Amino acid sequence: MHVRAYGDTMDDGAVQLSFTLPMAHSPKARKAARLLAQKMGLGACEVVHAASLADDFTFFIVYGKTTAAVDVDQIQVHVQEEGMDYHAVNEFIRDRIRRRIVVVGACTGFDAHTVGIDAIMNMKGYDHHYGLERYPMIDAHNLGAQVSNELLIQKAVDLNADAVLLSQVVTQKDTHIYNLTHFVELVEAEGLRSRFVLCVGGPRITHELALELGFDAGFGRGTYPEHVASFIVKKMVERERVLSS
Amino acid sequence: MGSKLGIDLRPAERARELAQTIVAPVQAHIEAHTTVSVERATLRLMGADGVNGDDVPVPNLAVHSLGQHLDYGAARYYINALLAKGFGVDELNRAIADGFDIGALPLVDFAHIEEKGRDLVGQFEARIQSHVTHRREAVARYKAHENSPLLYVIVATGNIYEDVKQAQAAAMQGADAIAVIRSTAQSLLDYVPYGATTEGFGGTYATRENFRIMRAALDETGEQIEKYVRLVNYASGLCMPEIAAMGALERLDMMLNDSMYGILFRNINMARTFVDQSFSRMLHAYADIVINTGEDNYLTTADAYEKGYTVLASQFINERFALNAGLPHRLMGLGHAFEMDPGMENGFLYELAQAQLIREIFPDCPLKYMPPTKYMTGDIFKGYAMNTLFNLVGRVTGQSILLLGMLTEAIHTPFLQDRYLALANARYVLNNVRDLGAEIAFKPGGKIARRAEEVLSQAVMFLEQVAEMGLFDAIEQGLFADVRRPKGGGRGMEGVHPKSPEYWNPFEGFLRKELNVG
Repeated sequence: MHVRAYGDTMDDGAVQLSFTLPMAHSPKARKAARLLAQKMGLGACEVVHAASLADDFTFFIVYGKTTAAVDVDQIQVHVQEEGMDYHAVNEFIRDRIRRRIVVVGACTGFDAHTVGIDAIMNMKGYDHHYGLERYPMIDAHNLGAQVSNELLIQKAVDLNADAVLLSQVVTQKDTHIYNLTHFVELVEAEGLRSRFVLCVGGPRITHELALELGFDAGFGRGTYPEHVASFIVKKMVERERVLSS
Repeated sequence: MGSKLGIDLRPAERARELAQTIVAPVQAHIEAHTTVSVERATLRLMGADGVNGDDVPVPNLAVHSLGQHLDYGAARYYINALLAKGFGVDELNRAIADGFDIGALPLVDFAHIEEKGRDLVGQFEARIQSHVTHRREAVARYKAHENSPLLYVIVATGNIYEDVKQAQAAAMQGADAIAVIRSTAQSLLDYVPYGATTEGFGGTYATRENFRIMRAALDETGEQIEKYVRLVNYASGLCMPEIAAMGALERLDMMLNDSMYGILFRNINMARTFVDQSFSRMLHAYADIVINTGEDNYLTTADAYEKGYTVLASQFINERFALNAGLPHRLMGLGHAFEMDPGMENGFLYELAQAQLIREIFPDCPLKYMPPTKYMTGDIFKGYAMNTLFNLVGRVTGQSILLLGMLTEAIHTPFLQDRYLALANARYVLNNVRDLGAEIAFKPGGKIARRAEEVLSQAVMFLEQVAEMGLFDAIEQGLFADVRRPKGGGRGMEGVHPKSPEYWNPFEGFLRKELNVG
């Protein structure tokens, strides 16, 4: 099935966009905005709003129509596994793992933003979803931000962690890629890779990126603590099965 | 002015007594100690500047070479070197950068050192007073063009020259205050980088040269638009006093500066931070710089409704520390934030209650109000709506400094157009509801009044608990922001030095005398 953008009529292809051009507000600038939208492949372009942001910058809101379509039957995505909720995760740990599991998390490198790791780990959690600290069957340790990769690994070893969570919020100039690669290299160099379930989260993190970098899972925008918890416990059981078979 | 909320504000007096009890023992610690950063700040006030071939700043080189002599204060050694070598400040800085050890010289007659100290303090005094006068006159001249609350936006490109373009554009669009957010992790550097910088992560390094560049740019735009555009930076982290010194010297107008933020949210040692914040605040007070405290941070980690009282409690503590440093209420930009869950029924009423309560408890403070961040998602349209409500509360409750929310919060550092949209929103609301606050009375015993009462009484109970425990122990036990910070833990403790009975710092002495403290 092919789909097109929808405004008010099937297949009308209506889209809205806004952007800034580095030129003074003038009839010429408006025309430039329209031409730019046309070059993006939009037809019936209309510059509905233009405002001067500074001497040499103008902001535009543009509507247009695109004939582009995508064949949704050809799309493959990683569907986050149907997760368990807070109660189910604790139940699962009790039944299948039969001991409390240890999870250590931190925002490593220079990144000072604890908001991601806090949302997943803090008692309170986020948006009425309890954080891992609240889970009776999880012994959760949130090390906070600006922790070195080395220290996180050391803590994971000391606490005999089952899973390690890394949060990366700042992604300017791909700093997170370098940091995450460094982390995986350290874990592998220490021969610890198979000991931990490794997860990374952050607004720019995708599951695909995480796998590519050598993690077991990646969690992006919209992740709740139970998503991470479900993944960890299922992965632990799956590994156990692989090892014992 | 009576309480518009119609509630009994007497518990605030109890809270102030408690804050005094809580801060008193900490103040004794402050007065008995100095830190490497206080000493480096002092050297900077005397003119120490520059770096060596490895980019180590001259103030760090000097302080490092003094080692335990620091207990006597770095000033006497720096001045002694000036006198003994017959050097000017620039010559001495070059010599220090080349490896000259100012601690290795025999000390000249202390009377000469004191005399030179008075001379250097005099130069500092003249420079700062000229800044204060310039600012006061410029603000008065262009007062009519200012927004109320002041509209505050952030630039954060990492490149100071790019920041200049964005800041000038924001000023043209109506911003009254521009903050250059610092590079991530600068707070944990125990030195201040040098020179103009064009690379940073999530922000731009605070350096003296960057301060100068942005100051000149905002002055230039300010003349065009006939407004005094305020420049903001961050006197926080391990170099808090040095940033305060640089800000005073380069005429910054506001500084983020909190008595406990670094301890709780950056894991900086508490013994260090308490000493650093005191010296910083004396400098801010003398240079007429408005501080912005960081209570908004309590609400990004905890629930804003449940923990609303922690904001108020921290404000009382910040107020006391500030008063002890000679900082008057008119320079205390106590912080708070609009961070309640937007899905909460009547959440707007509770935000209004908190903002109005704080306005009434701190009538003379230029309150700094922070926008929603925690519940900002990729839904820019909803975010824009939330920012509108935030602006509405800001105007109606008479907040003084409004840090504008960006519709793209949680997506990227602001685009030029994001800042424009934020300013357009704020200006629309400010104009459209201009006198609404004066028209409103709150229903006695209604939801808003009851909520305000509840927050105040919770804050008093919390302060009772802290007072009983003592501030050091309370922080160690995790009473603030649910984080535990051991007294001996955190960064920077090795930089705390006991003051010897012969400790001498002519700038501290001058500031204490001028500000009439300690």
